[in-house]
Amino acid sequence: MRPRKGWVALDLQGLWHYHELLYFLVWRNIKVRYKQTVLGASWALIQPLATMAVFSIFFGKLAKVPSDGVPYPLFAYCGLLPWQLFSYAMTESSNSVISNQQLITKVYFPRLVIPISAVISGLVDFAIAFSLLLIMMPFYGIMPTARILVLPLFILFAIATALAIGLWLSALNVEYRDVRYTIPFLMQFWLLITPVAYPSSMVPAKWRPLMGLNPIAGVVEGFRWALLGNGSASGPLMLVSIVIVVVLLFGGIVYFRRMETTFADLV
Amino acid sequence: MSERAISVDNLGKLYRIGEGQHYTTLREKLTDLIQSPFRALHRKANSSPDPPADTWLWALRNLSFEIKRGELVGIIGKNGAGKSTLLKVLSRITEPTEGYAEMHGRVGSLLEVGTGFHPELTGRENIYLNGAILGMRKAEIARKFDEIVAFAETERFLDTAVKFYSSGMYMRLAFAVAAHMDTEILIVDEVLAVGDAAFQKKCLGKMGEVRGSGRTVLFVSHNMNAIEQLCNRVILLDHGNMKRDSNDIRSVVTEYVLGADPEDNSVWLNSGSQCRNAYFTPMSVALVDRGGNPLHMPVRNDDEIWLETEGEIELVDPALVIGYAIYAEDGNLLYWSYSTDQTEAEWPALTPGRQRLRTRIPPHLLNEGSYRIELVGSLYYRQWLFASWMDAPRVHLTIQGGLSDSPYWTDKRPGLLAPLMRWEQMEPQATAICAERTQTEP
Repeated sequence: MRPRKGWVALDLQGLWHYHELLYFLVWRNIKVRYKQTVLGASWALIQPLATMAVFSIFFGKLAKVPSDGVPYPLFAYCGLLPWQLFSYAMTESSNSVISNQQLITKVYFPRLVIPISAVISGLVDFAIAFSLLLIMMPFYGIMPTARILVLPLFILFAIATALAIGLWLSALNVEYRDVRYTIPFLMQFWLLITPVAYPSSMVPAKWRPLMGLNPIAGVVEGFRWALLGNGSASGPLMLVSIVIVVVLLFGGIVYFRRMETTFADLV
Repeated sequence: MSERAISVDNLGKLYRIGEGQHYTTLREKLTDLIQSPFRALHRKANSSPDPPADTWLWALRNLSFEIKRGELVGIIGKNGAGKSTLLKVLSRITEPTEGYAEMHGRVGSLLEVGTGFHPELTGRENIYLNGAILGMRKAEIARKFDEIVAFAETERFLDTAVKFYSSGMYMRLAFAVAAHMDTEILIVDEVLAVGDAAFQKKCLGKMGEVRGSGRTVLFVSHNMNAIEQLCNRVILLDHGNMKRDSNDIRSVVTEYVLGADPEDNSVWLNSGSQCRNAYFTPMSVALVDRGGNPLHMPVRNDDEIWLETEGEIELVDPALVIGYAIYAEDGNLLYWSYSTDQTEAEWPALTPGRQRLRTRIPPHLLNEGSYRIELVGSLYYRQWLFASWMDAPRVHLTIQGGLSDSPYWTDKRPGLLAPLMRWEQMEPQATAICAERTQTEP
C-alpha cells in the first residue's frame, strides 16, 4: 500500500473478485428491509398505490390533467414505477457509504460494492410493484405488446442513472453530511420536473428539448411507451440523456475511487 | 521459511485533529465559489498565516520493519500509540500518508468481532454475511459451516435472529466465523476478550493452532499473558514510533508494563485536562508514607505505604466510587479496592471542592517486585469516570525487602503474593483421639 495520488485505475477486476460480497450485501438489504413490519413486503405495493390514488384524485379528477388517452390511474402508476425505483435507488446509494461506516472502518473491500448493492436492492420492490401493474393492465383493457421486451433497457437505464448520481452524492456525503438533508428536498423537486403525474405532451414543444437533460423523464416516457403504447420515446432526447448518464457515471466512479481512500478516516 | 510476508518501509500516517476539521465545510466551499474574491480577502484578514501545528498528529511515523512468513508478532503500546492505525493501514482500510507497506499473500483482518453482523438476521444468515465481508467465498463458508457452528456452540439458535442472542453467544458466533478465515496473513486486534473463561481458552487455543501452520499473524493486545503465550516477536509502539522490536518478549513486556520512565513514577500529577469530569477529577495520585511525604522506590514490604489521591468535585453524586487496581509486573490484575468497600456509615462523606482520600496498601501481602497501581473511578453501575482502558492515573510501586523478619525468608518467593501468615502450635490432638477410641472400645 502506498499513498495513492491522482486519478486511479478503475480496478474492475478487483471489483469482480468481490462479486459474492456484492451478492450478500444485496441479499442483506432485501432481507432486512421489511423485517419487523406488520405489512412486510406489501409496503412495496402500498407506496405506489397510495401515491397513485392521490395523483388520480388531485391531478386526474380535480385538475383534469390529460393522460394521453390512457385511464389516469394506470397512467400515473406506470410512471410511478420507474420513478420510485430511481428515487429509492438513488436515496439508498447516496446514504449507503454512511450507513455502512461500520464496515468501512473495519474491513477492506472495494468500496464501490456498497453503492452498487444499494442500487440493486431497489429492484425487488420494483418487481413486486411491477407485477401488480401487469394485473392492472388487463383490468383497464390494455394488453402488453412486444414492446415490453425493450423494458429491461429502460430499467437498466434508471438504475444506471441512480448509480451515477448516487456515487457522487455518497462520496460527498462522507465529508459533508449536508448532502443527507439535501436529498429528500432534491427528490421532491425532481419529481415535479419529471412527467410522472402529467404527460410530457403537456410541456410546450419549445421547452421539450430541456427534458432530455433529465434522464428519468426519458425513462418514464419510455415505460409508458413500452407498456401502454402511448407517449413518445423520442430518439434524440434519449440520446442526450444517455450521454449525460454515461458521463456522470464514469465521472462518478472516478470521483468515488478518488475519495474512497479517505472514507475510513472521515466517515 | 525465511520468505517475506510483510515489509513496511518508512510508514507514516498523518491525521487532522480537533478544530482543524472545521477548516472547510460545504457551505464555506460554496460561498467561496460564489463570492470568491470577497471571501478570500476576508479569510486572509482573519486567519493566522499558518494552521497551528497541533491540529495535525502523526499517528504513525518512520515505521520500518519486515516480518517473515510464519512469524507471530505481538504489537503492544499504550492507547494512542498507533497500534490500531498500523493494523488499519496494513489491512488496506486506510492509506498511509507516506512510505509504503507490502503484503505478500492473502490478508485476513479481524479488527472487530462481528463486523457487519446484522441484528435482524439469523445466526445462519449472519455466518454467511460475515464470512463474505471477511473475504471468504460462499463455497468456503459452506464447507466450514458445521465447524464454525460447533466452535461457537450455538447449534440450537441457528435460526434465531442474533438480536435475541445473549452478548456472549453473539461474540462466540462472531469469533467463530473469524477464526475460520484461511488466509496466509492474519491481522487481529484485541478480540480475544470475548465470552467466558472457557471460551477465551478455546480462542487462545485456536490462535495457538495458527502457530504451527506457517501463517503469519499480527496481533494487538493489552493482555500481556496472551502476547507472551502466542507470539515469538513483539513490537512496542510509542507515540507512533517504533520503540522496541525484539524476540525477547519478556523483557519488552516488562519494560512496557512498568512504563517508560522509571524515576518519579510514584507520583502522578494531572497535566491539566486528564480524566476531567464533574464528579471527581483526580488532580494527583501518590504513594506516600504515614506523614504524607512521597515515597522513594523501592520500599520495604513492612513500610507503611499509603495511596493518596486528591481530586476536584463539582457535583456530588452518592454513586461515586473511587478505588484502585493493582497489577503485577506481567500485567496480571491482583485486586481492586474501593472507597465504598466498608459499611456505608464509614464511607467518606464527599462535598464539592478539593477532596483528599487515602488508603493503606496492605503490608506483608505483596511479593518483591514492581507493581502498577491505577486509580479507578465510576458512578456505581452507571458510568466509568476513569479506568485502565481510559488512560487512568497510575503510579508504580517497587517492593524490595521487608518480606519477613524470619532468617529463613529473605528472598523473593515464587507466586504473585507473599503474604505473611501466622502459624500456631497446638496441643497434639492425634493422641487425644486415640485415647478417646481406646476408651469407647469395649
